[in-house]
Amino acid sequence: MANGTLRMTRAVRFAPLALLLLIIAALVWRLATPADTNVHSTLEGKAVPGFDLGEALPGKPALSSADLASGQPHLVNIFASWCVPCVTEVKVLEALRERGVRIDGIAVRDRPEDLAEFLALNGDPYERIGSDERSQVQISLGSSGVPESFVVDGKGVIRYQHIGAIEHSDVPMILAKLEQAR
Amino acid sequence: MIAETGLAALWLAAGLAALQFLLMILALRSGAEVARAMRSIALVQGVLTLVAFVMLLVVFARSDMSVALVFENSSVVKPFIYKVAGAWGNHEGSMLMWVTILAVAGAFLAVLAHRTGERTLLAALGAQALLALGFYAFLLFASNPFARLWPPPPDGQGLNPLLQDPGLAFHPPTLYLGYVGLSVAFSLAVGALLTGEVDSRLGRAMRPWVLGAWLLLTLGITAGSYWAYYELGWGGYWFWDPVENASLMPWLAATALLHSINVLAARGALKAWTMMLAVIAFSMSMVGTFLVRSGILTSVHAFAIDPERGTFLLALLAIYVGAAFVLFAVRGANLKEGAPFELVSRESGLVINNLFLTVILGVVFVGTLYPLFAEAVSGEKMSVGTPYFNAVAGPLALLLAALVGVGPLLAWRRERRPVLKKLTVPALLGATALAITIILAPQIHILPRLGFAVAAYLAAASILPLIGRNPLRAPLATWGMVVAHFGIAVALTGMAANSAFTTERLAIANPGDVLSVGPWQVQLESVTPAAGKNWTAIQAQLRATRGSGIVTLAPQMRYFSDPPMETNESAIASFWNGQLYTVVGRQDVSGAWQLRLWWKPFVTLIWAGGGLIALGGALALFGRIWMLFRRRSRAAEWRTERYA
Repeated sequence: MANGTLRMTRAVRFAPLALLLLIIAALVWRLATPADTNVHSTLEGKAVPGFDLGEALPGKPALSSADLASGQPHLVNIFASWCVPCVTEVKVLEALRERGVRIDGIAVRDRPEDLAEFLALNGDPYERIGSDERSQVQISLGSSGVPESFVVDGKGVIRYQHIGAIEHSDVPMILAKLEQAR
Repeated sequence: MIAETGLAALWLAAGLAALQFLLMILALRSGAEVARAMRSIALVQGVLTLVAFVMLLVVFARSDMSVALVFENSSVVKPFIYKVAGAWGNHEGSMLMWVTILAVAGAFLAVLAHRTGERTLLAALGAQALLALGFYAFLLFASNPFARLWPPPPDGQGLNPLLQDPGLAFHPPTLYLGYVGLSVAFSLAVGALLTGEVDSRLGRAMRPWVLGAWLLLTLGITAGSYWAYYELGWGGYWFWDPVENASLMPWLAATALLHSINVLAARGALKAWTMMLAVIAFSMSMVGTFLVRSGILTSVHAFAIDPERGTFLLALLAIYVGAAFVLFAVRGANLKEGAPFELVSRESGLVINNLFLTVILGVVFVGTLYPLFAEAVSGEKMSVGTPYFNAVAGPLALLLAALVGVGPLLAWRRERRPVLKKLTVPALLGATALAITIILAPQIHILPRLGFAVAAYLAAASILPLIGRNPLRAPLATWGMVVAHFGIAVALTGMAANSAFTTERLAIANPGDVLSVGPWQVQLESVTPAAGKNWTAIQAQLRATRGSGIVTLAPQMRYFSDPPMETNESAIASFWNGQLYTVVGRQDVSGAWQLRLWWKPFVTLIWAGGGLIALGGALALFGRIWMLFRRRSRAAEWRTERYA
């Protein structure tokens, strides 16, 4: 540089072009193979942790981990009467029940009177509901919010975790997961 | 009818852009006289896109739900200002805004540019037309903002509540003006590479555009940073989010260009380097737009992923940037470097500045795109976060800030005087600041500690160019430089104070409880419901005391109905020495409320510094334009006298 100027060699002049081609290659690759934004549960393939929940409202059977290992696949839905998305989800669950899916519920931090009102208003697709008053079972299942659902096979092994509400568009996928769990 | 007028104006503008480009080819081949029409064509094209954009504003202002875009992004009950701002709070509208600015900038270039050679100007207008043409095609074939919906639904789906904020009315247009303002520098560089007229005249023609674009980018980034700070409720001012980086990268390139262009304008040197930076700066704007608009990188700025549009934009990016880089690689060899300079000189100082900025740009670029490369090569998912950026870019930025104090003191061509002597006082101030932080705050991290020292030194060093002369007679451009460099010291102080002395308190509180954070005692008085035009909220009443000072704050948690969404509206009390930042969260089962409280000493200096940096740019721009007009009117007077 001293007493001179900066002269760019041929290699330097072509460097931006080379860099650009590299970046475009990476971006084309990303556009062609969109990122999988789903987080897969580490509990998939593992047995449901042992639990024995009390009844959530009078007259409805309670839920324990032993009930899930009944030889039939179950859909375990973690929900609450205070959860707004659960209101719309329960109608989808109703549709799944009509197609023969056995659905059990875990009501998180709920009160019997609120729960009864919720089910009376929105429908009751659940065979059993366990009351998880302090979210302990929810946490042991690796669930961090409501609603979430688990496909559990006949041996009580978790096959699939669904985070968020099950939409109508998810029904075929959920049915397929249950079929695989059979 | 209004939407159709807008669409027709867009088609006409696209046709004119095509014509403008063809005329450039004619002009460069044969110097055809018809090419002189290019200036008028560029002007009409700019007016037409402006018409299209105004039509979009009108359909949004009238909540015309028969336009699909309005239905998807607006609702009848929204406050008027957000109805209008909703026009660019979505993909199609923001792309129309982009192309409008591009075409209007081209029109201004056609009308105002008299400093470059005629051939270079025509080539630049052709390049600008080609740029616009690609984006017209993108709008008309892949993102029509005027598409109709029949039958029109009674109400729209609403605008993301996070965007219903005065910040939205201001932040994207400012950034876009900055992004696209760089397109003129790009086109001028391409034009000059085509004609071979890379000289100091080109530098002087390019400089106001770079200054203007750079100052708007600075403002846009500063405003965006403050918006994220108070609207997202996380209490942070910069997250190294990919979309933030997408705006930082063009800014870094433009900052480097802003400095190197002075060497070109004053000394006719650094020709190839400056042309490369001009191409890179706008390329970074395009990369930024692509990253944001394609949704390719995961970001808090949730924009939908759309592979088709992404492919279209990527093709435009590849063609334009690729062509410009090929042109540069081929023609760059013919550029004869101008006046030589010695190792210790203003030129060398600016070269070092450029090297630092380019390396920081590289660091941000690699950090932003590395996860993509890593996944492409190894299939492994990863993310690059704040620790990397702070650890790598932080020390580089500090070193650069230290050098900012030296560069402006150096003379062009060669410096023989003992310049470092002048820096005695600033260096002593820096050392004092360092000693004070070591004695009073021995526990703080090394980066903020050095930040305080460099800030103290730079605050004094930055005003040295005004010392030893009558400051009132100094050119406005010099004042601009001083103010901007002083702004760096101010922002640096804010960042260091925020990083070293912020205190945070997360708590569950019942009404009546008192929490302490920093020097404040904050009492939760009550929690009550509140409502606005399109939201309901729970609102906490907080009473904060510090010594004898009392202030009340009312943070809210808002529930918007369309679309359904919750937002935390932070409540912030500002004082000369910091901000008390409060957020209310959900209710716990026991009935208590989540509260998050921060005391952030001198945090406001970060944005005040950003504002000063932009003000410096404005002063310099105003000074340059004023000198231009004075010179022109003098020349006119001279002609009048001579030929009268």
